[in-house]
Amino acid sequence: MATIVVNGQEIQIPDGARMNLIEAARLAGVEIPHYCYHPGLSVVASCRMCLVEVGQRDADGNVRMLPKLVPACATPAQDGTVVVTNSEKVRSAEALVEELLLLDHPVDCPICDQAGECYLQDYYYKYGRRERRAPAEPFTSRRKDVGQFVTLFIDRCVMCSRCVRFTREVSGTGELAVVKRGNRAIIDVFPGQELNNPLSGNTVDICPVGALCSKPFLYKQRVWFLRTHRSICTLCATGCAVLVDQNMNRVYRLRPRFNPNANDWWMCDYGRFGFDFVYDPRRLLRPGTRGDDSEPSATDWEVVLESLATRVRRAAQEGKPVGVLLSPFLSCEDAYLACTWFREVAPAARFYLGPVPVEGEDERFPKRPLGAIGGGTESRPRFVISGEKCPNARGVRLVIEHFQERAQEVADFVADLDRDGAGFVYIAGGYPQPWGDELAGVLEKADYVVVHDLFPGPLTEKADLVLPMAVWFERAGSYVNRNGVLQCTERAVVPRGEARSVGRVMWSLLGRSGLYRAEDVLQELALAVPAFAPAGAISDYPEHGIPLQSVHVAAGEEPAEV
Amino acid sequence: MKPDDPDVIWLEEPKLNLFERLYLPAIIDGLGVTGRHAVTKKMTRQYPDEPYQPADPLKYRGVHRLNRDEQGRVKCVACFLCATACPAHCIDIVAAEAPWPDREKYPEHFAIDELRCIYCGMCEEACPVDAIELTSFYDLTGLTREEMVFDKEKLLSVFDMTKDREPLRTAGFRLSQVPPEEKEEEEK
Repeated sequence: MATIVVNGQEIQIPDGARMNLIEAARLAGVEIPHYCYHPGLSVVASCRMCLVEVGQRDADGNVRMLPKLVPACATPAQDGTVVVTNSEKVRSAEALVEELLLLDHPVDCPICDQAGECYLQDYYYKYGRRERRAPAEPFTSRRKDVGQFVTLFIDRCVMCSRCVRFTREVSGTGELAVVKRGNRAIIDVFPGQELNNPLSGNTVDICPVGALCSKPFLYKQRVWFLRTHRSICTLCATGCAVLVDQNMNRVYRLRPRFNPNANDWWMCDYGRFGFDFVYDPRRLLRPGTRGDDSEPSATDWEVVLESLATRVRRAAQEGKPVGVLLSPFLSCEDAYLACTWFREVAPAARFYLGPVPVEGEDERFPKRPLGAIGGGTESRPRFVISGEKCPNARGVRLVIEHFQERAQEVADFVADLDRDGAGFVYIAGGYPQPWGDELAGVLEKADYVVVHDLFPGPLTEKADLVLPMAVWFERAGSYVNRNGVLQCTERAVVPRGEARSVGRVMWSLLGRSGLYRAEDVLQELALAVPAFAPAGAISDYPEHGIPLQSVHVAAGEEPAEV
Repeated sequence: MKPDDPDVIWLEEPKLNLFERLYLPAIIDGLGVTGRHAVTKKMTRQYPDEPYQPADPLKYRGVHRLNRDEQGRVKCVACFLCATACPAHCIDIVAAEAPWPDREKYPEHFAIDELRCIYCGMCEEACPVDAIELTSFYDLTGLTREEMVFDKEKLLSVFDMTKDREPLRTAGFRLSQVPPEEKEEEEK
């Protein structure tokens, strides 16, 4: 254990923890303001905001301070390091940096999307001078569209170069650079290039001021109206931990949340901007039956569930096969409750895993190993966009394998249905696109087909009963990502229309009392299915997920070190 | 409260004598007050017949207006500070990128529910560009709730209607500038 002293307070940091003074001070509960330092990027110490007084304490307890201020981000915490962040010298240096940064700043906070979560604002209130000495003349910042999703407000930039380092070190595409010199230095793209790599949205997150803004979110909402919920992205098997920002029951923005087991600090643009399908006008919003054009009334869910249960029981009594197809977009709780209920009413029910969508290969970043500004190239990818475009193939498979020997695939479903027919078929979808062409033909052989899905498509045309499904941020649940890490999500918004999650539908079919709570179902699942045992008896779910053993890890990808 | 609380002072009701218990003097007293007011100058105003003019229209808090800039465009930059400050949540704004090269953001849609508004003036206080102001126009009526939700066009038309009578209230008084009259007084 190394002992360091932060503002007179001694703290212990573990041996071998390579930590700079910003991180060490954070352990002591002391904030050292910084712009250019980001834990996921190399250290450049260019913003000079984190200047602190540093000294060394020797074995006798004598402290020798360095005569000048040093940047905390570039100073390693060693045994005996003494840091002072609240002295007059440090405070005046911080106020000076703030004053210099605001000299040429447009101060157009009223129209800046970053206002409210801007480090320039926050630090000025905390560390800046009370009154401004330079004349305050707000002006409209120059603006340049640098990519499909990102726009640059040139004059708002504080030249921290986080975005430049990101494109060089993490995405490995290197579109951005600092051009010109001195106080005319600006961030720009190289001529003829655009910031169009699949990770470009992250530059907006790491920008500490409002210089890089996200175009799809631009001027949609002021950030202080947004309420944030912990969730994950479900558009690929990487399962990035995200924050879902909503206002008045509409989701406006997804932001990555740090999770070393899934995505580190980043997420891809496909996931970040890919939730538009939730607000597609074509989405199914009400339960409906085939040949019934009239709008079903609000109470129809109860009627519908009644007839669904009757149909399953009839099929089971007549000895006809009952097929249940569960898509990899369901949460583990959804799959577990569905299997439980169907096993109860139709003991011979067969469970199938829905098609696992795969689009090409995994996309690995950095794209090409460019020399990082202060570090070498790494062999392990910094970020992977999974080719498997679904969140929970592993989780649903584990649940199904608990209820029957083998999780059968779509091909088995088609073959079984073609050979034996079926008395009842339940298909739970949740795919962001219309799907199921390969299944549609064979559904003729089933007596009664229920499709629980997001969009009308080839399957809903053949269905006797169509149920609207809730998407991931409209329900709570947990998902197993490609590294075998179980992550829990919160419900961010109320489902659109009358959509319901599979879990909630099965909860009422099981006749259980009270409200459907995903946490309780996960506890039950952890007790019932050994593979989920690590999730049991945890009251507060860890932010970084729960690593499960015995999970089919994607080939070629090492499980995350935990 | 306890009856033996030392901070509580108990007062006895004064005893009425026989003359007072007749209640006639009190009735005569009251009739006297009525009679006096019947002949003295009237304090009330016969409102619709005698319209009220606010003494200082610049201080009155009536219907809102959205000011125009020199080029006749809406001055608002859609920063949502009025909507944030509004205690009645009566302001609804939809922001968009401005169609003009010298402006960045503007309100595509701006509506104030005049029925929900409590006319506190916080929106005017919060506005960083002096775009929203309360006018001295107060007797607004409507037949439906919907028509009392004033949209951007209507609020701009209130500005056109009142701009000659009530000049921009806050312009020139911001940024700690001293108004010219006060400067002259200081020099004297």
